[in-house]
Amino acid sequence: MLNRTAENVARATPEPLARKVRGISDKGLAWLFISPTILLLLAINIFPLFWAIYLSFTNYRANRPNEVVKNLGFANYQRILGDKDIWIAMQTTAHFVFWTILLQTLIGFTLAWLIDRKFRGHAFWTTLILVPMMLSPAVVGNFWRFLYEPQIGLFAYAISFFTRIPPTDIQMLSNVSLAPWSIIIVDTWMWTPYVMLICLAGLRSIPEYIYEAAEVDRASNWRQFWSITLPMALPFIMLAVLFRGIENFKMFDMVNLLTGGGPGSTTEVASITLKRQAFESWRTGYSSAFAIILFVAVFGLANIYVKALNKVKQR
Amino acid sequence: MKSSLKLALGLTSAITASTAASNVAHAEDLTLCWAAWDPANALVELSKDFTKETGIGMKFEFVPWTNYADRFLNELNSHGKLCDLIIGDSQWIGGAAENGHYVKLNDFFDKEKISMDDFVPATVVGYSEWPKNTPNYWALPAMGDVVGWTYRKDWFSKPELQKEFKEKYGWDLGPPTTFDQLKQVAEFFQKREIDGKTVYGASIYTERGSEGITMGAMDVLYSYGFQYENPKKPYEMEGFVNSDKSVKGLEFYKALYDCCTPPGASNSYMGEGVDAFKSGQVAMHMNFAFTWPGLQKDENVGGDKIGYFVNPKGPDGDQFAQLGGQGISVVSYSDKQESALKYIKWFANKDVQAKWWSLGGYSCLNAVVKDPTFPASQPYAQTFLDSMAIVKDFWAEPSYAPLLQASQKRFHDYVVAGQGSAKDALDGLVKDWTQVFQDDGKM
Repeated sequence: MLNRTAENVARATPEPLARKVRGISDKGLAWLFISPTILLLLAINIFPLFWAIYLSFTNYRANRPNEVVKNLGFANYQRILGDKDIWIAMQTTAHFVFWTILLQTLIGFTLAWLIDRKFRGHAFWTTLILVPMMLSPAVVGNFWRFLYEPQIGLFAYAISFFTRIPPTDIQMLSNVSLAPWSIIIVDTWMWTPYVMLICLAGLRSIPEYIYEAAEVDRASNWRQFWSITLPMALPFIMLAVLFRGIENFKMFDMVNLLTGGGPGSTTEVASITLKRQAFESWRTGYSSAFAIILFVAVFGLANIYVKALNKVKQR
Repeated sequence: MKSSLKLALGLTSAITASTAASNVAHAEDLTLCWAAWDPANALVELSKDFTKETGIGMKFEFVPWTNYADRFLNELNSHGKLCDLIIGDSQWIGGAAENGHYVKLNDFFDKEKISMDDFVPATVVGYSEWPKNTPNYWALPAMGDVVGWTYRKDWFSKPELQKEFKEKYGWDLGPPTTFDQLKQVAEFFQKREIDGKTVYGASIYTERGSEGITMGAMDVLYSYGFQYENPKKPYEMEGFVNSDKSVKGLEFYKALYDCCTPPGASNSYMGEGVDAFKSGQVAMHMNFAFTWPGLQKDENVGGDKIGYFVNPKGPDGDQFAQLGGQGISVVSYSDKQESALKYIKWFANKDVQAKWWSLGGYSCLNAVVKDPTFPASQPYAQTFLDSMAIVKDFWAEPSYAPLLQASQKRFHDYVVAGQGSAKDALDGLVKDWTQVFQDDGKM
């Protein structure tokens, strides 16, 4: 069957093209097919990366194209690593990543576990839970900003209803203590369904006979959960944590829309600092160095994590 | 067959000719870049006269304020040809001049007999000159603007409120002339019930992302004695930026934010201020003068209900206001510089400037603003004139962007987030600004 298809293709190939292609080896043909992709990758991924590495050692500023570019050696890196504000931004990012992942994993896994019970109407509830994930972050950011509005926002009124605190005193985006949590709440609301989906895939991959064997051994539900469900779903949970961790480490849109990094610098995560240095202060060399540091940090942490994930999978 | 061929050839030639003609017409069109706001709409209306007179069509590229600087500075830095004319912000002038983005206009002004003496001096220094206070012109003053205040005249004139205010503070409730008075008025109105609605004292600038909180805080700091540098030694900032008087000014701004702004107003700039005033939330409202024509016309808060006052005096009687506004420049990367210069010449004309004011733009031409009929021409005209006489502006250095980002961070951290003290914020600002000037090789 395959041979006949190949013969048909060969017959349909125009004579001049067939003559040209005849001399090309299989390997050559493979390179020919993948070369457009490789060229594209080089142009839009690899070249900018190397260019950014080069710029990170200079004083280049994109808003001063006529100025002489000086080589600064590692001065940009030294300045970044000694900058108190950068470390505060990194701490803010770590705080944000930690809490969003913790909440999303806990809630996401619980939801997946409940949905996996296959109760009546579970398909409807699954779809409903997935809705936030399907929305654009720009839309989510804007409508949560209105929800958080202390004078007209529903969120403030809902909290006020339960706590009797006047809604105008519930200033989620203006209060230094509440602003980081306002972002964590929105991110958790939006991305928990994603974690739930991955966990659900994990739960559904556990063979039913293992539970049946546990039943025969009179294992309690709690024991089944700790000894079967959790260990077997763990690689999936870890995968969800990895995806969300990488995503939230570079989180920009939601923070920018909700607080813009404020009040003050309370919610200024690393990506907001990077954007300010690169496109508002126009310190291109400096911001390139910061981008490289962030890249190395994420890459390094992700590598360690993937190794841990592989160990869990091998168990 | 022959006749069909002729018909086809004839049609083709006609189509080609008409396309060529339309291309010629389009080639003459000028593109003017500016912010998307009310005065831009007035300029569209005004520019129709230019097209009528010269046959040169006008296209406009207006970008919202929040993206205005990013969008057009990117365009200039990449030597783009989108804008033939640009109305760029006053702080851009240093960078635009030194990086060759704008065409120098001295020779053109000499040739066309356009004299900078015919324009309000503060606008010439603020919008046209680089280096400052030297006769090197890169723009024609186009849109005068300054930070001032509006207040609810109808609330201020309520007899029961006047009585209560007089008893409490010992002076007649009216537009404040000092910052202490302004705070008293704001405190008086804060969370007060008026016409069945809770209202607040004042809307002030607190925006973090672009330039908002700097424009607002500076508007107060100048009158408290803040100076950017030692007048005798450029770039020496220690003891000037962070002087005791500056510290008091910044403390005042924070106190005003803490006591008297509407809930959640932690990221408020021009648009949010207008919204707060229009929706009847605040008794007073800090904003650039360009917002006044729109507010004056507003059905709910305009007309007799609104009043205007100049930025109040500081504790030592000093009185300054933050300059806004822009000049119009010819972009040096434009292929249509000759036509663009024609537009500048036309725009500098007295009649055009008079019409510009009548449409809602703020003319900077002396012949317009010093006309005896000017103060009475609009309820806010006198306040605008008085405010323009006391203006100061932010750094217009080529490095204005990092300088601005530093002040945005320091001010917002202290005023809105309440981190550290005013002294810490201003000491930090001296450190940041020193670093910027050292990087520039100016210190």
